[in-house]
Formats: sequence, C-alpha cells, structure tokens
Amino acid sequence: MSTTTTSGSRSRQNHTVHTVVAIVEDKPGVLMRVSSLFRRRGFNIESLTVGPTEERGLSRMTIVVDGESAPVEQVEKQLYKLIDVVKVSDLSQEDVVARELALIKVRCNNVNRHELLDIANVFRADIVDMATNSIILQVVGDEDKVDGLIKMCEPYGIRELSRTGRMAMVRGAKSTNVHDKEPEQIAKIHASQGRRVAGELPFSSD
Amino acid sequence: MVRMTGSQILLECLRREGIDTIFGYPGGVVLPLYDTLPEFPELRHILVRHEQGAAHMADGYARASGRIGVCLGTSGPGATNLVTGICTAWMDSTPMLVLTGNVSRTLLGKDGFQEADITGITHSITKHNYLVMKAEDIALAVREAVHIATTGRPGPVHIDIPKDVFQESAEFEWPEQINLRGYKPNTEGHPGMIRRAAELIDQAKKPIIISGHGVIWGDAHNELVELAEKAQIPVITTFLGIGGFPESHTLSYGWLGMHGMFYANRAADNADLVIGVGMRFDDRAMGRFSGFNPGVKIIHIDIDPAEIGKNFPTTVPIVGDAKNVLPRLAAQVHPQSRTEWIKWIDNERELHPSLHIRETRRLLPQYVMRSIYEETEGNATIVTGVGQHQMFAGQHYFYERPRQLISSGGLGTMGFELPGAIGAQVATPDAEVWAICGDGSFQMTLHELAVLVDERLPVKMAIFNNGYLGMVRQWQELFYDRNFVSVAVTQPDFVKLADAYGIRALRVNTKAEVHDAIRIAREYDGPILIDFQVDQEENVWPMVPAGASLSETIEAPEAELAR
Repeated sequence: MSTTTTSGSRSRQNHTVHTVVAIVEDKPGVLMRVSSLFRRRGFNIESLTVGPTEERGLSRMTIVVDGESAPVEQVEKQLYKLIDVVKVSDLSQEDVVARELALIKVRCNNVNRHELLDIANVFRADIVDMATNSIILQVVGDEDKVDGLIKMCEPYGIRELSRTGRMAMVRGAKSTNVHDKEPEQIAKIHASQGRRVAGELPFSSD
Repeated sequence: MVRMTGSQILLECLRREGIDTIFGYPGGVVLPLYDTLPEFPELRHILVRHEQGAAHMADGYARASGRIGVCLGTSGPGATNLVTGICTAWMDSTPMLVLTGNVSRTLLGKDGFQEADITGITHSITKHNYLVMKAEDIALAVREAVHIATTGRPGPVHIDIPKDVFQESAEFEWPEQINLRGYKPNTEGHPGMIRRAAELIDQAKKPIIISGHGVIWGDAHNELVELAEKAQIPVITTFLGIGGFPESHTLSYGWLGMHGMFYANRAADNADLVIGVGMRFDDRAMGRFSGFNPGVKIIHIDIDPAEIGKNFPTTVPIVGDAKNVLPRLAAQVHPQSRTEWIKWIDNERELHPSLHIRETRRLLPQYVMRSIYEETEGNATIVTGVGQHQMFAGQHYFYERPRQLISSGGLGTMGFELPGAIGAQVATPDAEVWAICGDGSFQMTLHELAVLVDERLPVKMAIFNNGYLGMVRQWQELFYDRNFVSVAVTQPDFVKLADAYGIRALRVNTKAEVHDAIRIAREYDGPILIDFQVDQEENVWPMVPAGASLSETIEAPEAELAR
C-alpha cells in the first residue's frame, strides 16, 4: 500500500479538485439535497461516496468537486445551509489518506492470464473472480494507482469497470466527527431521539 | 399524553405555535384536516381562489407583521400552484410555513390521482422541507419547521403529509425542546471582526451604508439610525430595504439600483467604504459586478454566511444578526462629522434630483403615486405588483417605517399585489393598505377580489392602467429598437369587473380627478378599486441598463421630459 503523503487538493489533468467531507443526517432525501445543491449552483462533482459513520444516524459523504467550477468556500457555505448537513470539512489543505476502490473485469485467455496476474501483483490488486475468459481485479489506492492499473489492463480489453470514487480521512488525531463537542444537555436530547452519545461510542473520540 | 388524529395534532401544534391564520384551499387529500378545523375556532381559515394567492397572502401577512405566515393546499395541482408563492417568499426571506396534503402512503410513488412529488419540487425553494410519514412525527416536524422558518435568515419551510397520516391516531406529545445539530445560526457577530469594522469606519473618508431587507426582518432599524447618526454615515437602501431607514432622515439618500435614485447610485459608486447590512449585493442593486466602484472596501454584515463573498470580495465579513451587531459597532466607532462627503452627495442630489415630477397635462403614474403619498400623509402600507408601477411606488412614496413597503423584489412575481395586500390587511387590520397594481400584474391574480368581499377587508386598490406591460414595453422601446411584441394587453373593464364582485370602483381619466378619487377611497370603509388611466408611454427613470454598472446610470432623456 502506498504511504506517500497526499493533500486533499490536487491537480489532475490540468485542473484543481477539492475534497470536501460532509457529515449528514441519515434521512431520506439528503443525498438529493446535496447533489441538487451542486447542480443548482453549477458546481461540478467529480465523485461522491456515501456511507455510514461511527455514529448511528449520521452518514459521511466524501465529495470531490471541480475547483474551477466552484470556490471551495462557497461549496462549504452552501452545504452548511442545508439543515441536514451537520458538519463540513474542506480537506484541500489537509494531510489526508485518500483511497478509492475499483473492480475491473478484464478479458483474458489461457495464454495471457499469467501476464494479468503479474500486473495485479505489481499493483497489489486482488483477483476476486476468475473464469475461463475473464478475471475481476480489485484494487485499492489513490486515483493515480487505480488509473495506472486500468491503463495496464486496457490492451487486454476491459469488459466492465466500477470505481467507488474517493474516500478521504485526515491523518493524525484530528477528526471530522461531531459528537465530542456536544454539551451535556444537547447530548441528552440526542439520546432521547435514539442517537448514541459520545461516551457510548465504540471507540475513543480523542 | 393524549391520543389524537394526525389532523388534530397538526392543528394543535399550529395553535401552540401562536398561529392564528391559515390561507388555504381544500381538496381531496386534505379533507380530513378540514373536517377537524371547526374543533379549533382560534385558527382563522381564509379561503382563497387559487393556491398561489394563498402563498402570497401568507407572505404578505408575514411581511406586514413579522410573524410567520401559513398557507395550505391539497396534493398535486394544489401543491404545484403554491410553488410560485413559495419561491417568492424564498427569494425575499419570508418566514412561512407551507402545508400540503399528499396521497395516502400506499399510493405514494404510484402516480395516482393528484399525486405530485411536491417535496422533490420544493426542496430548492425552501429552507427545509418534510414528508411526514407517521402521525407521531407531526409535532416534531411542526416545531422544527417553525423554528427553522423564523430564526437565522428566515425563509419558507414546507411540510407534506399523506392523507392517511391525517387520519391515523398517535399519542400527542409536545416537544418542549428541539435541537437540530445541522442548524445553528450565528447571531452574535465575531468581536474581532466588529472591531476591525469599527477601525475601517473610523478611517473612511467617504463611507456609505447600504441597508437591506435584513434590517427589516431583523427589526434593527433603530440600531441602524443610531450607528448612522453617531458616525455620520449617509444611508441608502436596497429596494427591499426601503423603510428600514426613515426616508425623511437627513442622512437618507433614497435607494440604489436599476431604478434607484441617481445620487444614491453615485454615492455607492464613489464611496471608499461600503457597509452592507442585511443585504446580498444583488445584481439589480449593484449593476454589473465587475464595473462597481473599483478599490472600494466592503464591510458585509449578514446572518447568512453563504452571502458573504458570494458576489463581491469582502474586506471585513461579519456573520450575525444586525440587531446584535449594529449596537456593538456603534459603541466602537468614533463620532465624526464627514461634512465634505455629505456635501458631495447633497450636491449630486441637487444636480440630479431624480424624483422631480414634470408639469404636464398628461396623467403621469408618478403623479398618481405622489398624490397617494400626499393624501395618506405617508402613513399607508403599500403593497405592489411587479413592473413600472412597482418602481414608481418605490420612488414616489416616502417611507418612514419598516414593513411599510411590501413587494416581491427577489423573484419579481407579477400578481403579488392583491393577495399580498390581503395578507397584509389580515395581519394589520387597522392599517391603511393600498395595493398598487399594474394592469398586467393585477390580471394575474384578480380572482382574489372575492376574498376581499368574503373577509370584508378594506384594501384600497390603485390600478396604474397604461394598457401595456409597461416595463416590457420600456425595454422593447429602449433595447429592442421599438419592436413592440406581445406587450399591449387587452383588459376587462376593471370598474365593471369590481362591480361584478360587489366591490366599489372608480375610474380616473384626468389629473384633476386624482386627489378626489383617493379621498373617496380613504373615506370609504370597504374595499375599493380605482382605475387610473395613466399615460401609456411613460418610462421609469433613472435607469441602469441591464449589464451596465452603476456609474452608467442614465437619467430621463430630454425628449421624454418634453412630452
């Protein structure tokens, strides 16, 4: 696994992208609110991944946004205007771990299969499925690594490709979580609404 | 705890929130709610004639009183008819609660009769919205909705409730406390920023305050006067900010923008410091952004952080409630006289008076508006539609108090005047409410005349009837080479029309009749309509052409003045 330092803001194909993490209420419609906000304000999304967080009732969205289309400060402020958005962090200036997962189904045969296995080995990709005329590679890494593997597979014929888009997390103790600053009274209200409070979390939140 | 139906819970919550009026229209899926309405006699239901009217009435109610306005519609077309009114409220930050019914839960998403995905439609024109799927969730939704709508930067919040949720029973529990972790408006203002702002004001030679709608919503007009007087800063307002600073004040220099006063635009364009309070540097106010006053420093005070730096780079941003920020700022600035700067603006005003009404035999709309001002002694509440008459209402009436001018500024919704005036009259029964109507604008919502009769509301309607969509005609004349297309409007006989509704009406053809007609309207204790047959081709001046900067403001051409 690559351990090089990555910043949340990077230049790719001559344009700047920003990585923004939004902690949102896990409620119906919240994904639409966020994506619609980007459409409405003319911000271009490069990728958007959503999943649960360490706290029940909250989801984490990692949004990679085209920096040319939007000043990242406006993106942050507009996101904050959504009631369901609890916290927004711009990781552009942070030292982050950024990863993406890709599944690549590549055409192969008995003759060239071993070449693909070699390539997979170099990229530390896993073979997660194998058939007589195709294999599925699973790779985890930053975008450049995934791009590199895809490029290497192209000559064999890529039958299908699925990428998750970027997920990112700040290195070190700093975190984007929202529950550790809650005053007791507010934590109580959350508890009464079925949300876990900081002390009951399955990990230390520093 | 008590067991109640969804309808009962909803109405009980409205009652507890202190709501006294609902502007609504019944229909299939909200029938269970209407069935329950008589159990709550303290909730006055006003039956409109089209749901757009309901939303504008709730909007007018809120703008006149500062209290949240409530409107209600059924599913499908009832809900979509509300949309224009919701967006109008959204653009002008009106606290509003929008209630709609929807088809029963089992039918949601099945394209049944009168189903519309109304929460999907309204999410980008509301501050927040809810689709409540259980009766037990109604109370929390109403509590949160009212809290969201009325705090921070106010705005409309929408609650959509399926029919069977109205009918379902649940335990009613009033949520005493609410906490939204994603919603914590910052109202205080950063002390460090306030200090920096005070320093900038002290250093400025030519500062100007641009006061917006936020000063009115934030009830900060007295605080604004205090700051302006102490530091002797001239004040101009945005169109929606009119009334936030008394126009009779020696430091008042009218309002700026596309049809603002020449000297107000000149002052904004020549200031060395602009202090924007509760305004959003909109294009109609500021002209072309890239052409505005190069090198000016900007202090921006607004409760919505997303407005800061959106259109202009800000020197000192202050996120907070004007009511809290202005007194602190006033406490830190040092008294100054700034006579030179004030003299400069006074001189501009003498050279370019802007509001002069020329002598002519024609019945000018400006003259009508000024006559209404004179007859009402500046005390009336003025509600306008959108178009030339709206600009004349802004220019030729002089406003002393907040909430005195009610108009759709952001969205520019034609047809706002009549329902808006109805809402304002309901909210302030003792006020003298004048609806200033365009003949085109009025025809968009004239069906609400029936509500005046039903509710016995003494709204005075003045139609500025020039037989044209006047503002469109002006643009076609000035920017489309006099190519007049689809701009002359056929009208009903407005006097007969009013008569058909049982409303008294007068027609005024000449200047000599104007004052008498206004006097008759004022003395009459019911609704009355005056059809002013004004000059057909009068234009609104001054004007900043679309895409031009404030420095390119043009005054009325000589040829027009000679007419």
